[in-house]
Amino acid sequence: MVAMGTRGMTGESTKHTFSLKSFLIYLFVAFSSFYLPGCGSNSSEVNNSNVSKPTILVWHWMTDRQAPLAELAKKYEEKTGVKIKFELYAPSDAYSQKVRAAAQGNNLPDIFGILAEKRDFAAFIKAGHIADLTSNMNAENGKWKNIFFAKALAGNEFNDGNMYGVPSGIYGVPIDVTTIQMLYNKDLFKELGLDPQKPPATFDEFLAIGAKLKAKNMQGLVSGWGEMWMIDCLANNYAFNIMGKDKLIATIRGDVPYTDPDWIHVLSLFKKMQDAGVLANGLVTMINKTAEQLFANGKAVFAFNGSWCVNVYKGMNPNLNYGVMLPPRVSDKYPMSIWGGAGTSFMVNDRSPRKEEAIKFLQWFTEKDQQAFFAEKTNNLPANKESIKNIPEVLAQFSDDIENATHPNTWGVSEFPAVIEALDKGIQSIIIGEKSPEQVAQDVQKIKERELAKKKAK
Amino acid sequence: MNYHKLKSTFENYLFILPAVIIFAIFYIIPFIWVFQLSVFEWDGISPLKTAIGLANFKEVITGDPIWWQSMLNAGYITIIALTFQNAVAFFLALACDREIRFKNWFRVIFFIPPVLSEVVVGLVWQWILDGNFGLLNGWLTKMGLAHLAKYWLSDPATALNTVAIIHCWKGFGWGFLIFLAGLQGIPRELYEAARVDGANAFYCFKNITIPLMIPVIVLVGILTILGTMQAFVLIMAMTGGGPAYHTQVPVLRIYASMQGASRFGYACAQSLIFGVILITISFIQYRFSGKQSR
Amino acid sequence: MKSAAYYTAKKITFNSFVYLFLISVALSCIFPLLWMLSSSLKTQETIFQDMSLIPRELHFDNYMRAWTEGGFGRCFLNSIFYTTSVVFGIVIVSSLAAYAFSRFKFPGKNLIFYIFMGAMMIPIPGSFVALYVLLNKLHLRDTPIGYILCMINVGLSTSIFLLKTFFDKLPHELEDAARIDGCSKWGIWRHVALPLARPVLAVVIVFNTLNVWNEYFLALLIFDSPRLMPLQLGLMKLQGEFVTQYPLLMSGLTITALPIVLLYLLMQKYIVKGVTQGAVVG
Repeated sequence: MVAMGTRGMTGESTKHTFSLKSFLIYLFVAFSSFYLPGCGSNSSEVNNSNVSKPTILVWHWMTDRQAPLAELAKKYEEKTGVKIKFELYAPSDAYSQKVRAAAQGNNLPDIFGILAEKRDFAAFIKAGHIADLTSNMNAENGKWKNIFFAKALAGNEFNDGNMYGVPSGIYGVPIDVTTIQMLYNKDLFKELGLDPQKPPATFDEFLAIGAKLKAKNMQGLVSGWGEMWMIDCLANNYAFNIMGKDKLIATIRGDVPYTDPDWIHVLSLFKKMQDAGVLANGLVTMINKTAEQLFANGKAVFAFNGSWCVNVYKGMNPNLNYGVMLPPRVSDKYPMSIWGGAGTSFMVNDRSPRKEEAIKFLQWFTEKDQQAFFAEKTNNLPANKESIKNIPEVLAQFSDDIENATHPNTWGVSEFPAVIEALDKGIQSIIIGEKSPEQVAQDVQKIKERELAKKKAK
Repeated sequence: MNYHKLKSTFENYLFILPAVIIFAIFYIIPFIWVFQLSVFEWDGISPLKTAIGLANFKEVITGDPIWWQSMLNAGYITIIALTFQNAVAFFLALACDREIRFKNWFRVIFFIPPVLSEVVVGLVWQWILDGNFGLLNGWLTKMGLAHLAKYWLSDPATALNTVAIIHCWKGFGWGFLIFLAGLQGIPRELYEAARVDGANAFYCFKNITIPLMIPVIVLVGILTILGTMQAFVLIMAMTGGGPAYHTQVPVLRIYASMQGASRFGYACAQSLIFGVILITISFIQYRFSGKQSR
Repeated sequence: MKSAAYYTAKKITFNSFVYLFLISVALSCIFPLLWMLSSSLKTQETIFQDMSLIPRELHFDNYMRAWTEGGFGRCFLNSIFYTTSVVFGIVIVSSLAAYAFSRFKFPGKNLIFYIFMGAMMIPIPGSFVALYVLLNKLHLRDTPIGYILCMINVGLSTSIFLLKTFFDKLPHELEDAARIDGCSKWGIWRHVALPLARPVLAVVIVFNTLNVWNEYFLALLIFDSPRLMPLQLGLMKLQGEFVTQYPLLMSGLTITALPIVLLYLLMQKYIVKGVTQGAVVG
């Protein structure tokens, strides 16, 4: 009676939503029968086949490389019968979180990458998640070790007496190499009346181009400076040029303050660039992908980007006529440096029961032929010295300067994240005209002192 | 007698049991974890955690000006949402409450922004608002208003306002719906009676519509505050928190502490302080609205 | 005395302003959607150079490619499964609890209710890792049920809040009548309260559907097996680390947005009715 009453009350809407509800129930039951049996046997399928040949699980974040990776996996399986499973988790910050969460739960795969700085790399090693590959690298007179560019290996190495407290050794395998340099559009150079074979070599030449850009209402340098690390990179490059590596390392150690005139000089470069008009508009919130689009479509004359951009530009505009150049040097006292080294590296899970197999795979993966194949398919620089023969000319320009390359992961010291953030955000403030280089230097130094005090108190 | 009462109470508990169990496992336990972690210095990776007492909290309150800047930014966006967003939603609801054509179409269209995921919204608006090659500036130039074209997302003067407006764009659909429902719940007779007495539209609005809509306005207010203070995906997609710290918001800071600086304990402290502030605001508003309706 | 013509003119101008206002807001709502659609039909080379709303060539194959490259087939089914399970679960769990909070008396009722409300107001960014570790300990990581339970929790507080507010305003007569007829508490809940709450349930359904459908971070952390992944994860695969195929991404985004828009179209009548009938009006 009650049921009848309510049906009468709510009238026709009852019929409608009633059937919607039963539809939902149907769906639920149908899918449950689909899924529940499979509930128990989730990822254990991968790990239980120790019987004949194991399956090696690799986690990565490189969406555009999934295809060549899968191809190489197949080749390896045909050769040795060992199955390699490449699993993709994108975007990279989400990947990073997943790896950290998995580390907490001791669920790391056999091979994975750590998209983080040396500090976190060290933490992973100390927590026992990463295998020490030194003996494998040095075996047979360093057979594996010597195929790599020294710079590529350096980022994965910890030296004696490093500040992280990690036993010295090699803990990762580089699978490609990148360098970060400046690029310029040759066609736009012609339009500006500049010689496309002679990009600006000094900073003053670079600034002078600003006037021409303003006259023709063209955009100058584009780069992902909304993403902090790229600002850091260029600032760092110029720091090397102005004060040399030793003084930079001393600053990180806390022996030299950021208010030192050399540092103010570095910061003022950004002001000069902005005032001269060589920086594109909207640079401070630009993400790198946007910068790449702009440069690829001929809407900016300069770009500051890494060697992976060759593949990107090719996809967006195969006819782009561009060249690679070092950032124009400010001083002749010290060499201009660029950041370079291992682009992507893989680590082996120390707790994996398939450790040896995983290492064998990585050894095969970094052999000459595989590296050449990989480099060709992804338009990137190989980590293996011997595979560098047939790379496109533009890519070769990137690799020319690799001997000058450096990278924070190779210095043996790390700056405090809060200081790096203050520096990079400070440079953004300089570019938008809110702070002067001197002010930023003081701000950064204040934060540095605060962090040093915290560290001493520990 | 007693047995029946006991049985009845037991049954009552059974009703809330599934909710309480799920809540206890999936909210309370993580909450306790976060609570505990806030007194440690931990990088999120090593098994080693250093107990540091209330140092994290002290640092957030006294030593983290960027955190408070982000709170101000979030507060600013929230105020814009409370005023601009809800005003637009309210007027749209008023407009749709009358007998106009295509009422149903409008109702559907206005709810499309909330339906889209924030990733989509961030991406598309970034394209439209791009300072150099975006559509907005393109149109402004074509219409001869080139001097109005700005670098919406990267100019510190406009970035925060632009982000706030896009946020309003995404959110007004919910407010619109709730306001419309509220308006439609006001009996027409009240208006008719007033009309007969010679009242004009403005009088009706002031003395009938507004007073009866107050509970709705308060509800929308609370939901707006809670939702907007926690915004971050949209902002992340459009400006990443820049330029400098102009569009930084609290949740972005918490993620920066977690991932960028690898200071998990500190991130937990920030989360807790954030939660306390939100509860306080909600409580104040709840009290305030309670007084109003009396 | 002002003439009738004056009043008519005034009315017409007023109405036209109203229409103008409505239409401009509506356009701003549709435009991004149209832009997404038109971008999805362009190619990677032309997408940034061709600024027109209607592309010169229509590349419908982008949709095919997005579907296959993102592995959408399985992901789509997964998303539907997760969304319906979670929504179903929340409807049952929250309506039971909300009804109890509204109608019953038992010790600790208010305290427990306020704790639930507190959860709405204390977000825990970073709770994701805690959930991961928790699920791991319970052996529920990388399982559908683990994800579903987590997502049920996410929507619980708000749903309980909405439903309780509705139940509070419901007149007691029908329930009293049912009780006199000998109906148990469960019976009343099932046969009286729930059917009457249908309109509010529609709001709860849409709200939670949106949350689950658009969720990706928790799914990414919890799921290792590709065959369990929802649509949003498939979508992420279209966003390259170095190169993003934007037309594909836009196609993927359109495919992902479509079911939700359709669902809303179906449910919107009930939502307005639902919000009208009591979620809000006092």
